[in-house]
Amino acid sequence: MIECRNITKIYKSEAGETIALRGVSFKIKDGEFVAIIGPSGSGKSTLMHILGALDTPTSGQYLLNNQDVAKFSDDELADIRKNQIGFVFQSFNLLPRTTVLRNVMLPLVYANVTKEERELRAKTALTNAGFDQSHFYHLSNQLSGGQMQRVAIARALVNNPTLILADEPTGNLDSKTGDIVLETFQKLNEQGRTIILITHEKYIAEHAKRVIEIKDGEIVEDRPAQSSTAARRIKE
Amino acid sequence: MLINDLFQETSSALLANKARSGLTILGIVIGIGSVIAMISVGQGAQSSIQSNIEALGSNLIMVMPGAQRSFGTQVQMQRGSAQTLTLEDAEAIAAEVDTVKAVAPQTSGRYQVTAKGTNTNTSVTGITPSYLEVRNLEIDSGSFISEQNVSKTAKVAVIGPTVSEDLFGEGADPVGQTIRINKINFKVIGVTKSKGGSGMTNQDDIILIPVSTAQQFLTGNKYVSTIYVSAIDQDSMTEAQNDITSLLLSRHNVSVADFSIMNQSDIIASASSITNTLTILLGAIAGISLVVGGIGIMNMMLTTVTERTREIGLRKAIGAKKKDISSQFLVEAVMLTFIGGIVGIVLGWVLAWGVSYFGSITTKVSITSILLAVGVSAAIGIIFGYYPARKASKLNPIEALRYE
Repeated sequence: MIECRNITKIYKSEAGETIALRGVSFKIKDGEFVAIIGPSGSGKSTLMHILGALDTPTSGQYLLNNQDVAKFSDDELADIRKNQIGFVFQSFNLLPRTTVLRNVMLPLVYANVTKEERELRAKTALTNAGFDQSHFYHLSNQLSGGQMQRVAIARALVNNPTLILADEPTGNLDSKTGDIVLETFQKLNEQGRTIILITHEKYIAEHAKRVIEIKDGEIVEDRPAQSSTAARRIKE
Repeated sequence: MLINDLFQETSSALLANKARSGLTILGIVIGIGSVIAMISVGQGAQSSIQSNIEALGSNLIMVMPGAQRSFGTQVQMQRGSAQTLTLEDAEAIAAEVDTVKAVAPQTSGRYQVTAKGTNTNTSVTGITPSYLEVRNLEIDSGSFISEQNVSKTAKVAVIGPTVSEDLFGEGADPVGQTIRINKINFKVIGVTKSKGGSGMTNQDDIILIPVSTAQQFLTGNKYVSTIYVSAIDQDSMTEAQNDITSLLLSRHNVSVADFSIMNQSDIIASASSITNTLTILLGAIAGISLVVGGIGIMNMMLTTVTERTREIGLRKAIGAKKKDISSQFLVEAVMLTFIGGIVGIVLGWVLAWGVSYFGSITTKVSITSILLAVGVSAAIGIIFGYYPARKASKLNPIEALRYE
């Protein structure tokens, strides 16, 4: 269960204050698949950073499994990220010259999981992310974009997070591989995973079940997504 | 993060940039290697000087003309400018001090020595027969200077093996031959056994003649330059030294000593203080290259941190704490210096061996200097790796992930 209560984020710099979020409130229940959509500069990235415990709001509460993360220290936030959140980035961010398996095991290294269990969990996660078993020991820089993103998804899954945060996961992919990645997310959601997808493309957002639209730091719309077929029509 | 993982991460990070890691390690290798080699030269000098001084004889006390100076500046073994000691002083010491086993007065100077067209410049020492006992000398062939030689001011000489070689060539028997010291003919009656030593303190490069002869024909006065006294044992050294002092004070009829008296351990101590300074100096010069190597480490680590900013961002995003990130980079730096340290020790050892093999300087690689090198290299890794590691750990994950 995720709950944002009146979250505000203000960046202070020498040029003055920039208000990125103005009193954002919403709830996301376990098992939801939510797309947060908005043009660049709308505050969606700031919101994602707060949801992902990478940053704390200036004011307001962010409840993650009933814990108010808003007041946590850096190291406590790191623990939250380690145990409860899985990230998928636009640019994959895999370790270069490192095997697929090791990349996926990386979060478990920081969670002090034993070697045997790491491997087992990484393999399960890779299979769940639809990654071909024969490529487990390939180096990350030998993979195609679609394969890399699946490795990244597996990495996000491996620590069994409460929440998977995907930041423009299809941004660096062609539309066909992008669709495959989105289908992967849908499948994971069907398995009961909570997924938040951040994007600026309406078409991508409609793959989710619920769409929250942000503009100028405020929620302007919170609605159920159109069906996938409807989404396809938008694209065409 | 487990230790195992830390090492795995580190080795793969270092292997990813083999050339850069190698060059950075090379900086430390040269630093540690030169520190070890330089210190080995200094310590080698120390031990060779010490053994030379010990070879002078056992339980040795030296009485020299001239006022007592402070310790540390008192390594002057040549005849002082003041002339206050005589043969009679030496005889009195032998007769009146109980704790004295033998007394050997001597007068010495450097003279040009010739024999059958060859010539050498060496130290000529006027001695008495007790010199043999006091200075732990042994005769290789022929005989030593006798009491009779001294009383008759005989023109006879006992020469060291180096002089023998210089004048008569290797393997020749000089006994019975004639040499000219300061244009005066001397008959060689014996050759001493080799004692080793080199440079200024080479005890094989000597010519010994009766002290009376030296006074009459070479120095032209009744003074001696040094009186060597050997005490009966180690424990009576202090007593002997005190007795000699009071005896000479009353004989010379003065209240402030016009001679100086010192024992072997004083000389060793003052010589050690000089060689210690030398060792520190050499070590410090080599240490500069070690610091430069350390700067190389910091340079590489700063580059690495910048290059891997996104990776650091990712690691933070998936739950790495500040401590995890900083220890990863710190271990990388320490690993570099540690490898450099090990290779450097080997290099230093080889250098030290090479110096003593080709340069004929004694070198001594001590365990202490190796431990010191390992400690210093690890410390350099920590000191120069700390700032980059802290910089990495402080990166904001959001900005790090955005870094292009």
